[in-house]
Amino acid sequence: MSGGALREPWHSLRRQREAASFGMWLFLASEALLFGGLILAFIATRWFHPAAFAAAGREADIVYGTANTLLLLTSSLTMAVGAQAARAELPRLAGRALGLTLALGLAFLCLKGLEWRADLAKGLWPGPGFALEQPAARIAFAFYWLLTGLHGLHLLGGLSAIAWLAGQAVLGRRPWRSPAFEAAALYWHLIDVVWMFLYPLLYLDGRAA
Amino acid sequence: MSELAAGRVRPAEGPAEPWPDNYLTAEQGLGSWLLTTDHKRIALLYMATLLAFFVIGGFGAVMIRLELFTPEQDLMTADAYNRMFTLHGTVMVWFFLVPSIPNTLGNFLLPLMIGARDLAFPRVNLLSWYLFVGAGLLLVVALVAGGVDTGWTFYTPFSTMFSNGYVLLAALAVILAGFSSIATGLNFIATVHLLRAPGMHWFRLPLLVWALYGTSVVMVLATPVLAASLLLIVAERAFGLPVFDPAQGGDPLLFQHLFWFYSHPAVYIMILPSFGVISEIVTCFARRRIFGYTFMVYAILWIAVVGFLVWGHHMFVSGQSLFTSLVFSFLSFVIAVPSAIKVFNWTFTLYRGQITFEAPMLYALGFIGLFTLGGLTGLFLAAIPIDVHVTDTYFVVAHFHFIMVGGAVTALYGGLSFWWPKITGRLYPEGWARFAAILMFFGFAFTFFPMFVMGFAGMPRRYAAYPPEFQIWHVMSSCGAVLLAAAYLLPMAYLTFSLFRGARATDDPWDATGLEWRTASPPPRGNFGVLPVVAEGPYLYHPEAEGPHHSEREPHQNQGGNL
Repeated sequence: MSGGALREPWHSLRRQREAASFGMWLFLASEALLFGGLILAFIATRWFHPAAFAAAGREADIVYGTANTLLLLTSSLTMAVGAQAARAELPRLAGRALGLTLALGLAFLCLKGLEWRADLAKGLWPGPGFALEQPAARIAFAFYWLLTGLHGLHLLGGLSAIAWLAGQAVLGRRPWRSPAFEAAALYWHLIDVVWMFLYPLLYLDGRAA
Repeated sequence: MSELAAGRVRPAEGPAEPWPDNYLTAEQGLGSWLLTTDHKRIALLYMATLLAFFVIGGFGAVMIRLELFTPEQDLMTADAYNRMFTLHGTVMVWFFLVPSIPNTLGNFLLPLMIGARDLAFPRVNLLSWYLFVGAGLLLVVALVAGGVDTGWTFYTPFSTMFSNGYVLLAALAVILAGFSSIATGLNFIATVHLLRAPGMHWFRLPLLVWALYGTSVVMVLATPVLAASLLLIVAERAFGLPVFDPAQGGDPLLFQHLFWFYSHPAVYIMILPSFGVISEIVTCFARRRIFGYTFMVYAILWIAVVGFLVWGHHMFVSGQSLFTSLVFSFLSFVIAVPSAIKVFNWTFTLYRGQITFEAPMLYALGFIGLFTLGGLTGLFLAAIPIDVHVTDTYFVVAHFHFIMVGGAVTALYGGLSFWWPKITGRLYPEGWARFAAILMFFGFAFTFFPMFVMGFAGMPRRYAAYPPEFQIWHVMSSCGAVLLAAAYLLPMAYLTFSLFRGARATDDPWDATGLEWRTASPPPRGNFGVLPVVAEGPYLYHPEAEGPHHSEREPHQNQGGNL
């Protein structure tokens, strides 16, 4: 496919680009309902046990959480720049922006790992020796581990996709104007948006009073 | 009329005549199949996989009916019986019914019907099959290792805290199969939006395309919630994260809400594609334009949307608030309206049609009868007082089998017969096919109608032993199941036979409308030589001014002349 970004069954790159975005939007709708279902379960359980969930929120490490929020928001900016630069066939700018996105994403995962280690040391895994008194705080932390873990897996998936696409483009096996960069950017923004919901739910609860 | 009948006679072609180049012969070798991105070949891959799961699930059904032949629990232990009906339910719902029509007929026909060369994302289509096969293997491992005893619904806290079956493996298999559904769904939606042939407006789409579109929307939006609910079970069972544990303040009912938020729309995933198939068949063999095309389209969309709002009717006796139950009951009545519109419109399509009873038509007529019964008994279940009486009885079992088996599986067989000449280029033996269609109708009714009676009399579902007064109904049901099994196996035999010895089909043996009949049988790799341009609506079986106006009534004539 030397130089050709066009694939079967498309007749024009414009239409193919439209399809790549459209297909990715549909997938994002699906992802939104995946996280939506889990967040709904979180909110429903929190409705029954507001005090325990507030206590759990106070235990979550807000320094790591906030730093990661900033990292992820910045990475969405660099990703947007990278995708637009790729489309405009500016290889240097695109390569740098995508590289920066990868670095920010990796930094997020590293911080997340440190945070998880600190959480385990504080006894926040809802098993034997759990640090909090209220039984329902175990449920709150069950959601914490599940949601941050699933979000981390999505982030890892996004990083792999961007690394693979950028690697192919740098090696000249994929034209920069391939619609895949735009699709990958959309997916990356979703990861960001999901975090925008997780951050207040998991970290900010119970801190206002 | 005689002209029409003559047009349907399949001209016998010389068997020595070489096949034109088509998608089956375009490439050779195992790799050309396993790495294909041709939607037609992937449809056949799905067909083979689904056949295997249909046999596994059918085996479960046979064992259940054998055990229930006598009131005593004699063939297997209660635990083995639990595992058997869970096997039957899990395999049949997720590994046969959900993908049945969309991934076989839909995968094959959708691009052909809208005049495209392939689906929008051919490699995603192949990925969807591999995900499905991977999920299937996981499930088979779970079943061979010892099975699952939760029922297909995985209710908590039994599934999370007490079950000693292979719940984790089964749940992961279902999650993975769900991603395969999502991949197919988004592919279909993108294809319908972006790859329609010039002139193929939205309101010129065949109803099968609309039905697949509606199904895909439900797949993309409902399936992830199933993944979410099963992920919570995996988290609790594998990692001890106590989400639904009542001892910690968790709510087991929350699982039911999440589960049915997917699993009720999943009923429409299973039945909507059949609506599409039936609309294609009824119009063709009644030689009539579909009655109320736009109403049919809106009915599909109505079902797809309102299907998301009725899940609570599965929880009338679970301790949900009475006011919630009333709302869900009302909405469940509301969703019966579009289904009724479809049944009325098929019936009006038949009215004054030039009906002939080819095998696909017999399947379609059987579908309309069985689906109507299944739909009406659904209204019984939507009414709270009756539902309280028949919850967890055989009445419910009979109801959903009328929809999913009498409806969806009959439509699958009908559609398979109808498009078999297009898919394979061969004609099946018509006499055997008609016999199988009739046997399927009676075998089905014989198997499942007694369940309504015994269910209403109080026979609970999911028990291996039962009071002797129910035996007469169970014996009827088990005997009917023998006929039904024969009716399901027969087409497998004659269709396989036709692959080798069947007469060669013309491009359009039924004289049907629709773009898929405007290309060769079997179609070439790229579907069409020159991509078609569409200048008219679907189902133009009686173009205006070609027959007498409806005000000039002609006297009724018997089909096939005066015998």
